[in-house]
Amino acid sequence: MILEEIKEDYIKELLKQKKRIDGRALDAYREIKITKDFIQNAEGSAIAEVGGTKVLAGVKFDIMTPFADRPDEGVVMFGSEFSPIAHPDFNAGPPDENSIELARVVDRGIRSAESIDVKSLFLEEGKVLGVFVDLYILDHSGNLIDTAGLAAMSALKNTKIPKVEDGKIIRNEFTGKLKLVREVAVTTFEKIDGVIIADANSEEEVASEGRMSLSTSSDGFVCSAQKSGKAGFSKQELMDLIDLSSEKSKELLRHI
Amino acid sequence: MALLNKDGSRLDGRGVTDLRPLKITAGVLNRAAGSCLIEWGRNKVLAAVYGPHEVFPKHLTNPRRALINARYIMAPFSSQEEHGRSGPNRRSIEISKVARHVFENVVFTERFPKTMIDVHMEVLQSDGGTRVSAITAASVALADAGIPMRDLVCGVSVGRVDGKLVVDLDKYEDNLGESDVPVVISPRTKELLLFQLDGLLSKKEVSEGLDMIFEAANVIREKQVQALADKFKDVDSGDLQ
Repeated sequence: MILEEIKEDYIKELLKQKKRIDGRALDAYREIKITKDFIQNAEGSAIAEVGGTKVLAGVKFDIMTPFADRPDEGVVMFGSEFSPIAHPDFNAGPPDENSIELARVVDRGIRSAESIDVKSLFLEEGKVLGVFVDLYILDHSGNLIDTAGLAAMSALKNTKIPKVEDGKIIRNEFTGKLKLVREVAVTTFEKIDGVIIADANSEEEVASEGRMSLSTSSDGFVCSAQKSGKAGFSKQELMDLIDLSSEKSKELLRHI
Repeated sequence: MALLNKDGSRLDGRGVTDLRPLKITAGVLNRAAGSCLIEWGRNKVLAAVYGPHEVFPKHLTNPRRALINARYIMAPFSSQEEHGRSGPNRRSIEISKVARHVFENVVFTERFPKTMIDVHMEVLQSDGGTRVSAITAASVALADAGIPMRDLVCGVSVGRVDGKLVVDLDKYEDNLGESDVPVVISPRTKELLLFQLDGLLSKKEVSEGLDMIFEAANVIREKQVQALADKFKDVDSGDLQ
């Protein structure tokens, strides 16, 4: 978007004085809002909004064959859809590298945190429950990863486990709620002219030279990390961001 | 399943900071502008650089800089397990993306506007740590192609197995261990150019792991420089003056 590109110099000029284009502090998130159970036909769902960014997460269950190396564990899969309704530059079609990266970064955080007790999804030999988490980007005003992570965690926290009878899922009958062992949030920081900010909006993202996404759990572990973009990060910058991520993930998880 | 021996050594006999045997050879392909074969443990990765050449598709042309076209891919026969599907998958698309970011950082792309530089990384045999092997090899291939760079980057992974931090995880340690952190650094600036992490780690463990990586990078860097020195040892510098 050319409009976002023109603002680049202005954003950088402001950051020199530790100011942001929308008046926020460098480490401040925009307003966060969660709407639970938006899709009643899914076993779990939530819309997460961070500022003007909106992501809908839907959770569906299916009966699956487990992976050969994990015969007693349920299968968890993440997908994402950058719908053309969300941004003028998004086109319909197979997922591009940004869409794949987003789904995989959110997936790795939740998987590494062992949030979902996959052993509880075992049914019988050769049969397990599969959990499909689909992340639908509805409106893109920056920081899709954190918003998608929040939508996924909120949806999973409100997911009901379907009843299984004779090897089939009985839709709309449930045996209880999906238990989450550990809650995790992904927090993304962008580096613009050497200044690091949290929760970049779309204009700031265009000006950004690199980003670091860190997933930190409610009990203080780093569960996943992904550096993206051209800029490098020093060890000290990473250490500071781990502290900031722990603080911010607690703040984010309060909303789910 | 124990991943460490009773004396604290690893199953293949290595100490926690030991690298697997590492051999780097520059200039192994005839047609590519630059190339490199890295053999690291059982990993074998071939990197080739083509360009700078005209941009394809044309509309992506950037009037200010060269585009890096990085492609990481695993051969269908590369794994010790089943036959893999050929062609890119979600994992390789993600790795190609973060590998591209590494080279965008170090290559002086602004010197070659309106062009594209291809960096191909073909994993022929895999045994854990293929992305860092591939990028380490590609860095040598870029130097072999004479592409000006700010630094010769290299990478290695660190992770926790049986509660202990170890460097350069093999496939077994990666699969059964508790975490995996592949990292690519610029040895000159000590910046992290690729940083990915999986698994539960404390901040202290991340810090210690990075120090182990910086230490290991010295060894890898030496082998990269040696590979390039061997390739160009017959070039008579007198001709250049």
